[in-house]
Amino acid sequence: MTGAAGLEIRGLRVGFPGGLEAVRGVDLSLARGEVLGVVGESGSGKSLTWLAAMGLAPRGARVEGSVRLMGEELIGAPRARLRELRGNRIAMIFQDPLSALNPVLTVGTQIAEAIRLHNPDLGGREVRERVRELLDRVAVPQAARRAGQYPHEFSGGMRQRVMIAMAIANDPDILIADEPTTALDVTVQAQVLEVFERLRAELGIGIALVTHDLGVVAGRADRVAVMYGGRVVEEAGVDALFASPQHPYTRGLIGSLPTVAGAGGRLTAIPGAPPSLAARPPGCSFAPRCPIAEARCQAEDPVLMPAGDGRRAACHFAGARPAAPAATGPARAPVSGEPVLSVRGLVKDYRMDGGLLPPVLGGAGAARLRAVAGVDLDLAAGETLGLVGESGCGKSTLGRCILGLVAPTAGSVRLRGTELAGLTRAQMRPWRRHLQIVFQDPYASLHPRMRVGEIIAEPMRLLLGRAPSAAQVAVLLERVRLEPAFARRYPHELSGGQRQRVGIARALAVDPDVLVLDEPVSALDVSIQAGVLNLLADLQAELGLAYLFIAHDLAVVRHVSHRVAVMYAGRIVESGPAEALHTAPRHPYTQALLAAAPVPDPPAERRRRRQLPEGEPPDLLAAPRGCAFRARCWRASDRCGAELPALRAVDGGHAVACHHPEPVAATAPAGA
Amino acid sequence: MAEAVRIRPGLPGWLTPPVAVGLAVVAFWVAAALTADLWGLADPLRMVARRLQPPSGAHWLGTDALGRDVLSRTLHGARISLTIAAVVVAAAVSLGAALGAIAGFVGGWVDGLVMRLVDVTLAFPPVLLAMAVAATLGPGLENAVVALVAVWWPVYARLMRAQVLEVRTREHVEAAIACGAGPMRLLTRHILPLCWTPVLINATMDVGQVILLAAALSFIGLGATPPTPEWGAMISEGATQFYSWWIAFGPGFAILTVVLGFNFLGDGLRDFLDTRSAR
Repeated sequence: MTGAAGLEIRGLRVGFPGGLEAVRGVDLSLARGEVLGVVGESGSGKSLTWLAAMGLAPRGARVEGSVRLMGEELIGAPRARLRELRGNRIAMIFQDPLSALNPVLTVGTQIAEAIRLHNPDLGGREVRERVRELLDRVAVPQAARRAGQYPHEFSGGMRQRVMIAMAIANDPDILIADEPTTALDVTVQAQVLEVFERLRAELGIGIALVTHDLGVVAGRADRVAVMYGGRVVEEAGVDALFASPQHPYTRGLIGSLPTVAGAGGRLTAIPGAPPSLAARPPGCSFAPRCPIAEARCQAEDPVLMPAGDGRRAACHFAGARPAAPAATGPARAPVSGEPVLSVRGLVKDYRMDGGLLPPVLGGAGAARLRAVAGVDLDLAAGETLGLVGESGCGKSTLGRCILGLVAPTAGSVRLRGTELAGLTRAQMRPWRRHLQIVFQDPYASLHPRMRVGEIIAEPMRLLLGRAPSAAQVAVLLERVRLEPAFARRYPHELSGGQRQRVGIARALAVDPDVLVLDEPVSALDVSIQAGVLNLLADLQAELGLAYLFIAHDLAVVRHVSHRVAVMYAGRIVESGPAEALHTAPRHPYTQALLAAAPVPDPPAERRRRRQLPEGEPPDLLAAPRGCAFRARCWRASDRCGAELPALRAVDGGHAVACHHPEPVAATAPAGA
Repeated sequence: MAEAVRIRPGLPGWLTPPVAVGLAVVAFWVAAALTADLWGLADPLRMVARRLQPPSGAHWLGTDALGRDVLSRTLHGARISLTIAAVVVAAAVSLGAALGAIAGFVGGWVDGLVMRLVDVTLAFPPVLLAMAVAATLGPGLENAVVALVAVWWPVYARLMRAQVLEVRTREHVEAAIACGAGPMRLLTRHILPLCWTPVLINATMDVGQVILLAAALSFIGLGATPPTPEWGAMISEGATQFYSWWIAFGPGFAILTVVLGFNFLGDGLRDFLDTRSAR
């Protein structure tokens, strides 16, 4: 870690007009061949730090401090020089690969442009050769052919690889990856992270992995810097950080993570929400949320001090209290009892228009997309059924079909024995008070011009025929741990976590039996997520609610669920008790999901052997015969191509839809 | 749409120079329309001096071919032009937005019917269509208003339909369905309140355009009938007097400033209300 051989950030500050400081004195270093994880929640300044370091801070921002790349000062350097360095010695990739690629140029042309910008003398053949080599390096199969394709012909994971190929086109010393895998499915994320691993090992590139996900960092980083309120609050080697976090915020973050390995029990949620730029507390930014804060913390902002073993922490009481043992216990045992909700053979087809031309003239014609292809589910009172799958597997459509928000094509949905499928919206109405939903996006799912009180009152007014009193609204807010005063606020005055609580309060207003939770925490920051998960667990215990918990995050699902069902291409491929599914998965897809899910435990993460599926989730329009997973499956046989495997019980409530349901020891959760 | 848009008057951020100019100009003409009688000017309909007098201390903008005071007629003309514009825009917005909202929300053949009607109407050049309608109904201010509404409603129908189609797919609408909201409540409470922004912006900008087209109709004799002090009609009168530039100058300048004023105001309104536009 010699300063000259990489990137050195010293005292970096980024301010905006009006005295707002988004980055407040950041010291970081990144050597070649090293992976630095930078972890923080939204608004922590983690992205802005790196944008400013590259001279890409937004207009109007004031940047101070020093950023040295291989010893050369970048702050205040002429723009022409910065342009020369960017994409050449230092490169950056972003979260959304689609918006960063030009849709009307082939991928090869765009990579070639990145090369030519810094090597104008290179001949056409050399450039083409280099493009192919780059695509090979980021593991894009059939590089020569794919270079001639357009971005829309690439899947999300492949597009991100193209972005990486462009970033490394000129062998940079430093690559900054800002949430590079956040928009990707977990199996694809694992594949892309493998690419980073190879870049570091083969090219010696220093990588800054900026993310909100501690699990991603645990397996890939050498050192980790935790940012909060525009500063680095702790920095340490990855093992040391996870083993003995010194800063209470780091401790809180790690404690708030549900893990695949350990489940049950309560998460240690961090109270409150990250500070806004305009209202930063005077002393330590974290003091208002800190369990060990004292008077001194409110008055004096702690500086980042060495805390032994090359680690640093910015806390007056760094390491003073050892981390409480993570609250883990056995997974929640299945609940027995009559099902309140049972779904049988549910199918949802969408008709896709084939464009303007009829098939005779070369148009695609109308095609059928089977989003849900025959699903059976049972849900008992007080039980949580976790429904896991990657994007496009039909899990959200299934949830909406159950609620009648989307009309199912075939199948049955019974609520306490009453058939709901096929009811019109008006006929469905009396049943809605028993069946409610919480949506993924707490920003979109609340009416922006209604006050919180009105939003919560809406279902009671409509379904129970009476508007609730202010006191009743207050009770509902109380139930989701919000103060009664929130009733008068508008959604935009609330933080993400608070909004999601309002969404939950609205669903609870009519005392439902069943709650469909459609990715209820995936849009929330980690520290906020834990609080909402705890709240959901409490509410279930208090009210005996049945949850259908839809999520893509296995760790979250394991934490909250009694039973889990794994969905792939519209079908349930494996279902069973949460414990059994996680310790002894039988379907190769479940095994792959478990293998790909990052675990916030560095040594375990490194020990794991990964059996990752190739490719990405299938295009449902071109549904293959037989098992939908077989193209990605390492156990696939001829039989899988000919015959669709049915869901068959393997033991006590554990069922698998696979012709080769072998347990695989190597994919057992690490550290178990 | 992360942040909801709320009007917070008094916030200095929205008061850019063009907006301030637009506001001042529009305020002036509205005030003129309301108080033209109180300015102690000559009667706009009576001959008060010798005909075709150039601007002077007594008649700041001179007199026209019948010896009427041009300044007085211009200020009184604001009353007519602004009233026409307000009535036309209000009627076109009501009609267009209602049809557009129904088309977007109900869909199916209703949508097809309304939108084909829109397409047909928009297929005609606006001036031609207005002329045709006005000529059919005969000259007169009321008929000009009807003609102008016939030209303008499809714009709002289209705008409203597009908005409704977009807003109805938002998650909070789905949430309202899950809460048991029926179609009427969905439309009026959960969809329409979020559709008004572009309609409002467009309506503001259109006030100027309506004044312009109304004046054009009057200019060719299809709008206001002779003694009425209407800007278009006045310009038309002035056009026949080649050497008396001041007759057309007053109403011409009035139209120019009013149209400009409403455009500035509309731009400002868009910057303020529409978070999607670049700022």
